[in-house]
Amino acid sequence: MHLAELNIAHLRGPVDSAELADFVALLEPINALADEAPGFVWRLKESEADPTATVVHDYGDHLLVNFSVWEDLDSLWNYVYRSGHLEVLRRRREWFHRVAEPYMVMWWVPEGVIPTLAEAMARLERLRTEGPGPEAFTFKDSYTSSEAASLPAAAEARK
Amino acid sequence: MSDDDLDALALLHDPVRRSLYEAVAGRGGEVGRQEAAEAAGVSRTLAGHHLDKLVEAGLLESGFRRPERGGPGSGRPAKVYRRAAGERSVSLPPRDYVTLASVLAGVVDELGAEERAERAARLAGERLGRSRGGRPVEEVLRERGYEPYADAGGLRMRNCPFHVLSHEQPLLVCSMNLALCQGLLDGLGDDPGRARLDPRPGECCVALSKTNGD
Repeated sequence: MHLAELNIAHLRGPVDSAELADFVALLEPINALADEAPGFVWRLKESEADPTATVVHDYGDHLLVNFSVWEDLDSLWNYVYRSGHLEVLRRRREWFHRVAEPYMVMWWVPEGVIPTLAEAMARLERLRTEGPGPEAFTFKDSYTSSEAASLPAAAEARK
Repeated sequence: MSDDDLDALALLHDPVRRSLYEAVAGRGGEVGRQEAAEAAGVSRTLAGHHLDKLVEAGLLESGFRRPERGGPGSGRPAKVYRRAAGERSVSLPPRDYVTLASVLAGVVDELGAEERAERAARLAGERLGRSRGGRPVEEVLRERGYEPYADAGGLRMRNCPFHVLSHEQPLLVCSMNLALCQGLLDGLGDDPGRARLDPRPGECCVALSKTNGD
């Protein structure tokens, strides 16, 4: 199984504003770091040609979306917190509003499956309303792929 | 504190085991029997015996490294040792600061009070530094459990003294750790700008660049 991850951020201004200029400038090097990180599988890109293009979606212009797939929890954790990404994360308040609700969700997907953004948003909503479980969890309350695989829904899918 | 912890640590009373443990832990990776034996100044057989005792007690972990040359005649895989991931602590009388620190870190996160926490950490570092006035920063970091080692003219740290918390609240704890190290440098009369975040898997997130004087 692979690990799918979605995180969203509420931008303090339009992507092309001066307020967000530093952030936009960091997109290319930080995304390159993810692409080369051990265990990285896939991420949603708006454009293959323009590395600074943020994902365009239907959930509001102020919402920045990061959506990716990794081999396991450790590889994602090491990228988020044990690489140059940490320094960017430390500056998040300069660019994003603080949100009280969960803004990051993870779940297990069969290898080779790329989930849709709509499914990812539904998983985040599930985490927000029902709390962490094997179908939608966080680093703090994580579940293994075998816990997710033993769910009735997964058993149903295997029939 | 469990009896297991006490028993495991008591094994290190033996000077040979202690130097073998230090030889393995100090490498920050896998160490073969021969290498550990040489570092401790004992025979390979004796080293193997004691290393396996340390594995049994859960202080080290062992594995096998395939010989670099494959095929027939390349020999058996070599047994290698590394420091076990789990931590041991003994406190008499029993103390538990981790649970309380974890609760408080959760509150700081909920309040969004990271900047306040970083300022407090910076001041705590300065106080620590002043109390060790004039001593080299490497010595003070070693004393505080960071296990510093020279790297690219500066210092990196093999061990995170706040390991459990840095996994629960990495952003908060790593930022506080950076502030603490900057304060420490300041208090020691060194340049606080030497400390920066340069996280790598399995090590402390803070690194020190070389002194400006070099």
